[in-house]
Amino acid sequence: MFIESLSRFFTNTGTSRFQWRGIKDRVTSVGMGVGGISVIIAIVLIFFYLLYVVFPMFIPAGMDKLANYARPASQLGQTLHLAMEEQNEVAVRLTDQGHAVFFKAKSGAVMDEVRLPVPAKSRVASFAHGRLSSGLFAYGLDNGRLVVGQYKFEVSYPGDRRKITPSIEYPLGKNPIIADQQKRAIQQLALRSDEEQTTIVTVTEDGQLQLTHLQKEESLLSDDEDSAQYEKTSVTLPTVEGIKSLLIEYAQQYLYVADQSGHITVIDISEKSEPRFVERKRVVAEGTQINRMTFLTGGISLLIATSTGEVMQWFPVRRDDHYELTFIRQFSLDDKTAVTDIETEQRRKGFVSANAQGLVAVHHSTAHRTILSEKISDYGIQHVAISPRADRILAESADHNLHFWHVENEHPEISWAVLWDQVWYESYQEPDYSWQSSSASNDFEPKYSLVPLAFGTLKAAFYAMLFAVPLAIMGAIYTAYFMAPRMRTYVKPSIEIMEALPTVILGFLAGLWLAPVIETNLVGVFAMLLILPLGVLVFALAWQQLPATVRGAVPEGWQAALLIPVLLVLGWFALSISTPLEAILFSGDMKVWLDHHFGIGYDQRNSMVVGIAMGVAVIPTIFSITEDAIFSVPKHLTFGSLALGATPWQTMIRVVLLTASPGIFSAVMIGLGRAVGETMIVLMATGNTPVMDFSIFQGMRTLSANIAVEMPESEVDSTHYRVLFLAALVLFVFTFMFNTVAEIVRHRLRKKYSSL
Amino acid sequence: MIRDWFKSGSPWIWLNAAAVSASLIIVLGLLLLIAVRGLGHFWPSDVMQVQYTQPGNTAVRVIGERVETELVSLENLRSAGFTLETDQEHVERHLLKTGNRDVLGSDFRWLVGPYLSAKSFPQNMMVLERREWGNLYGYLKAIKENGKLVAEGEQSWVELQQRLDRALEIFEQIRDIEKGAIGDVNYAIEDLRLEKRRLELDGEDSPENLKVIVAERQQLQTEYQVLQKQLNELYQSINRDSLTAEVMDGRTVDIPLAKIVRAYMPNDLSVFGKIGLYFARLWEFVSDEPREANTEGGIFPAIFGTVMMVMIMSLMVTPFGVIAAVYLREYAKQGPLTRTIRIAVNNLAGVPSIVYGVFGLGFFVYFLGGNLDQLFYPEALPAPTFGTPGILWSSLTLAILTVPVVIVATEEGLSRIPRAIREGSLALGATKAETLWRTVIPMATPAMMTGMILAIARAAGEVAPLMLVGVVKLAPSLPLDGNAPFLHLDRKFMHLGFHIYDVGFQSPNVEASRPLVYATALLLVVVIVILNLAAIYIRNRLREQYKGMES
Repeated sequence: MFIESLSRFFTNTGTSRFQWRGIKDRVTSVGMGVGGISVIIAIVLIFFYLLYVVFPMFIPAGMDKLANYARPASQLGQTLHLAMEEQNEVAVRLTDQGHAVFFKAKSGAVMDEVRLPVPAKSRVASFAHGRLSSGLFAYGLDNGRLVVGQYKFEVSYPGDRRKITPSIEYPLGKNPIIADQQKRAIQQLALRSDEEQTTIVTVTEDGQLQLTHLQKEESLLSDDEDSAQYEKTSVTLPTVEGIKSLLIEYAQQYLYVADQSGHITVIDISEKSEPRFVERKRVVAEGTQINRMTFLTGGISLLIATSTGEVMQWFPVRRDDHYELTFIRQFSLDDKTAVTDIETEQRRKGFVSANAQGLVAVHHSTAHRTILSEKISDYGIQHVAISPRADRILAESADHNLHFWHVENEHPEISWAVLWDQVWYESYQEPDYSWQSSSASNDFEPKYSLVPLAFGTLKAAFYAMLFAVPLAIMGAIYTAYFMAPRMRTYVKPSIEIMEALPTVILGFLAGLWLAPVIETNLVGVFAMLLILPLGVLVFALAWQQLPATVRGAVPEGWQAALLIPVLLVLGWFALSISTPLEAILFSGDMKVWLDHHFGIGYDQRNSMVVGIAMGVAVIPTIFSITEDAIFSVPKHLTFGSLALGATPWQTMIRVVLLTASPGIFSAVMIGLGRAVGETMIVLMATGNTPVMDFSIFQGMRTLSANIAVEMPESEVDSTHYRVLFLAALVLFVFTFMFNTVAEIVRHRLRKKYSSL
Repeated sequence: MIRDWFKSGSPWIWLNAAAVSASLIIVLGLLLLIAVRGLGHFWPSDVMQVQYTQPGNTAVRVIGERVETELVSLENLRSAGFTLETDQEHVERHLLKTGNRDVLGSDFRWLVGPYLSAKSFPQNMMVLERREWGNLYGYLKAIKENGKLVAEGEQSWVELQQRLDRALEIFEQIRDIEKGAIGDVNYAIEDLRLEKRRLELDGEDSPENLKVIVAERQQLQTEYQVLQKQLNELYQSINRDSLTAEVMDGRTVDIPLAKIVRAYMPNDLSVFGKIGLYFARLWEFVSDEPREANTEGGIFPAIFGTVMMVMIMSLMVTPFGVIAAVYLREYAKQGPLTRTIRIAVNNLAGVPSIVYGVFGLGFFVYFLGGNLDQLFYPEALPAPTFGTPGILWSSLTLAILTVPVVIVATEEGLSRIPRAIREGSLALGATKAETLWRTVIPMATPAMMTGMILAIARAAGEVAPLMLVGVVKLAPSLPLDGNAPFLHLDRKFMHLGFHIYDVGFQSPNVEASRPLVYATALLLVVVIVILNLAAIYIRNRLREQYKGMES
């Protein structure tokens, strides 16, 4: 039975062959459908993929609770400082009785506790810590001495499993350091240490400020840390009343002293033996207290937590010849409760604050955002710590409980303001637009403003259109309307060749050949703007006067061909008078003259070069669409106008151009879209510096060139990476919109023509 | 009268004509500039010898090719420290290619015109093109074999030619062994390493399996030893000869013949001789590999890479573009949705190419490539195989970039086919599939070809997306070689357009690289112009054909 039907299938009878053809037909239509739709999906995928990469930047951050436990080893004293290590497994608590308690962050189980070398008869009177990434800390004792220690976490992999071993080290020696010869108690303390020197500032109980400086001596004999010798200097600093806290700047050049009246005194300690008072500034309102003072990573910005619920950011700004501490911005949580502790992220310009109502908030300074805030306890928070990777928060509340939370905050640096507004960046004199995405150091503040890049894009496009639109439209008018058909068969392919030229070639010619030529013949180039049109008009007038026999030699509609040698001669003339003209008008050098009189600098690869090169790239696009539009205007309109007595030119201007104007508009839009997206020409013909300057003699950096330059070097899935994708998305949306509008306009035009 | 003339509108017509002329001048001028500078690079120019006397110094002998001359203002020169007693406003300055970078420190030198004297073109001036340190300009003094003098003075030139031929032959053999045989052995050893790792990951690294691998590796090592011995012998033999030459500052240098690519006496060559040398250098340009950080030698890998990528791209773009166009035109319901899709496809042709590059990097390289690596090449990790830019992803990215061009061209071709033909076929009982395959598509083939040619022309010139997805300054090997799987889609490649950018703007020796940039640009432009003219020709033929059919 089966074999019968099979054999029937394969013999060439009518029905089976019919079925086979039917199967082929169905398979083809399914295949075509699938293929067609998948290609269209692939094309549309681009937009959605870009969106998918950009989107995570705008997802709000989140925080969730991991654990809550009693303070480990509570009996060993009150907490002075909390910290976590890189892997978020082990945390440390430094107590006011001289103990360091290491415990598991997630459970509170004590791993180890170290008794610091505080002498038996002394008490701890003050505490300070160095940079969080170093783990350095110091205890001030009541006998004028200090104990300086460092907590360290060593990671090892015995048996392929991670093991973290905490320990305390003593980089300055185990013996307490004498800070005050008179053995007075140290009430306030500040510490800063690096490989070469350590600066310690103390305030004794009678309010005297003292500075102790330890300079490591170069050992010519051995590199042994233990036997390192220090040269110690002690100096008394100018008195400040009612000192509340001290902070030493990272390079150990400046000391910041906060006092109870709400002022900060800045003292220059770059010369350790000659400290100098710099300024005293009121940073908080009358009656408000400075609760905490700390540096943002990088050591430039000061963060000041106040008793009225604000965290303020201040940093020194250059004014004329000196630096002045200036208020930059402020972060406040709504409830005006005193901020009890702040701690800064180690690798970004963000920080976390905690207040007396149990609220913990995460902020980012550059973006001026309070990203998260969460009430983690009913009691006030006394200490808060954030992990090195900024993904965990450990806080101690007033009821001696520790709270361990997880923070998801991948892209805090981005906000609408950061991308499009002026931001006051560290060390700048005023808010500014800037694009500087990365540098060699970790402490760098990335500047992600798209404004200079967008400005560069629009500037390049503007100069390109300035050059291209007149040439293209005027050329198209002539080609479509006045040119002899035979000549058109030569001109149209030439313009199509112009369109097909790779932009790499236009770019390299612009950068390597055109830019130097323009630089040496700047006056000639500007002279050409005048000489060429005038020269053509003069030639045209002279041509009119020639006898008819001569004029008849050149058939109607071939004026363009006739003008080629004319233009060449005029151009050569303009360039050859460039040097003498420059000598007469600008005493030899136009660039020097411009710089002298107007302060306008000249860059060899500038907007003019880009404008010309990109104009050459864009001319064929605008030309072909305009030519098409004008050519398709129905002839009977022209005939009617001419019959009524208008000259060809009047017909062109008043009738044809107006009819074709939507097509011309659409051509310009498409040309603009092309100019905005151009990468190679800009890459090669400009200096690629993201400056915002209207001058035609300066370069720029565009969105597209920026992507080409920075994308290969950006870390995948970082904020920088996503911002570059955002730039690509902006370009995509922009050109897509322009092209769509142009297409719709052209479509309407075609319908209008068919009705005419 | 002039007023009347203005009123007639004639002057404006002339200005518009001037706009067309200007555009034509720009296009033709560009092509001419590239052609002249590009082709001119290969012509062996005369080498001059001059005496250069700067005031206060003794006369120095300078030998070199004159590359460029410019006029500098007297003021500029004076402020640069030159003292001149002349009343001319502008002074000539000549750029001479003095070569001998290993002896003199830099290849090029600017000489101030008035200080030059005693210019001559000695007949026996020799130019050596070398594998390192650029050209050598000097006088041939002697030939040595194994350090012993073999020829001197007049005879040395003849001797040199013979021995140079021999040295070049041996060099070819060395290169064959190094790149071919030893390259294959290395590739096989690397393959073994990956196989071993694969076994480890699969848990199948039993002693028997490992023994097999060790045995194979032993065999390859012995092969390598044999080749190495051969190589050593060849190296010994090629290093036998050397020549002694006197360079412009009077020093004599010894150059082993192994380092010489070509030796000629330009001032002595007849026109035919020069033409012969010209074509030899032209051939070397398109067939040889680059030397000296891409500033000398040929661009063959770039040509090969471009052609390979374009071929792979067209393999991908043509079927998909045609299928999509056929779907849109023949199968999809012609409603507002299809119109929107058509507009979207058209507009995608206008999207900046860098956006495609970004998409290619993120989606193809990191996402698809990363996953491919995890699934199929875990033994090579953490070194990525496909999770890194390469020729496959480049071709794919450019395919997506040019698919709208193919779709538009094919759709245009399909729309020009009169409905009567389709209706007739269906009326005769053919299914839709048969109508398509047997009638419509064959008639649309010229349009498809136009689309494909335009896509190829566009892809050959696009550089921006490639910078992100697979092009490199110097690729150690070609994507196609003799080792299985023969076509290595994960390799990076060189590209003509990127080569222009790299050599022109990222090259350590700008003066030397500039003529090469023009030559490469000329090649690229010629290729693209030919492709476009072909497309235009086919399209015009098409229009003629269908004009007849419609009436």
